[in-house]
Amino acid sequence: MRLLIGTLFTLLIAAAVGLGATYFALDRGAAFGALRIGSWTAFPKTGTLDADPYARASIARSGHLPVALGDGVSFVANSDDAGRPLDGRCEVVLSGVTPAARFWTLTLYSPDGELVSNGVRRHGFTSEEIVRRSDGSFIITAAPHAEAGNWLPTGGVDHYQLLLRFYDTAVGVATKAGREVPMPSINTEACQ
Amino acid sequence: MIRWVLLILGGLLLGGIVHFATVIVLPRTATQDAYARLEPIVPVNTVTPLPEPGPNQAVMPLMDPAMATAVCRYDLSKGPLKLSAPVSPAYTSVSFYTRNDVAYYAINDRAAGRRVIELDLMTTAQREQLPEEEDVTAADRLIVESPTDTGLIAIRALAPEPGLMPKAQAAVAAARCRPSSQANAGR
Repeated sequence: MRLLIGTLFTLLIAAAVGLGATYFALDRGAAFGALRIGSWTAFPKTGTLDADPYARASIARSGHLPVALGDGVSFVANSDDAGRPLDGRCEVVLSGVTPAARFWTLTLYSPDGELVSNGVRRHGFTSEEIVRRSDGSFIITAAPHAEAGNWLPTGGVDHYQLLLRFYDTAVGVATKAGREVPMPSINTEACQ
Repeated sequence: MIRWVLLILGGLLLGGIVHFATVIVLPRTATQDAYARLEPIVPVNTVTPLPEPGPNQAVMPLMDPAMATAVCRYDLSKGPLKLSAPVSPAYTSVSFYTRNDVAYYAINDRAAGRRVIELDLMTTAQREQLPEEEDVTAADRLIVESPTDTGLIAIRALAPEPGLMPKAQAAVAAARCRPSSQANAGR
């Protein structure tokens, strides 16, 4: 009897720890070789055959096709520079410049990777659409209500994620966070 | 007391094994991965343009709404495949994915350097069977080796602004993928 209880207890812990760890790892999209710049994270290796088991499992579970490394690289941000989760009810300001790339696109998704519905049917910007200052830098305001300049509607959702994809760029596996890869800062300003 | 500590340690150790096993097995058991989502809507060895993603109606999550996308779900078990994709005015790329949605090769319009991106896709075994002289004469022929028999080719074209989306969609819709034998017979 003692043996049976002991075995069951051990197996229970094994199942809870093992499945729990898998769930959390994949829920956060964890993988090796992360490139972190400010609040932005990219996994350049996920777009290659060298993708590690965690990256492969995340891809299979979420059901998206990752950006291949020969195509470009994709950065994701879930929170602002202060670590506060991106909130669609707040005014979030992205400002700065981007690393060199032929084109880039910025897209706002729900945490599940769905586009968020909004009245003006705008889900993001491309590098060609943006209004810039004379020095080439830009400001994008993600807010629930119309703003002057580059307004990215949030649809008023609780949480969202931003994806910044660079196409035809030198940013890749060998890139280190530093001066050659400047990413826009993300700051939450007024909240409703 | 020591007995319970040992049991907990044993449980943690086993838990680690369970964790790694599930992570490794998951891609093989996933029923909602990109390939499985596309399988019912895209026929095999043909280019199918995907509908523009919209709120709660995208074929796959995290599709770039600024990109027009077409997909060729390929099966090389009956022979190699030929792919041709005309480039759009802004930016065009062709990405290759294995059956498990891992990207193994990608090329863009600039790297291809011509108006039409043309590629031959085959498995490693099929490439070894290629007659040697054919391999040499076609020095400018781009051959891509697929690690799996089946997989996906995604042809994407950027619309730098929404008004250019129809042009990008027309460019990806004009892409073709077909068995090499058929392509040769058609000449």
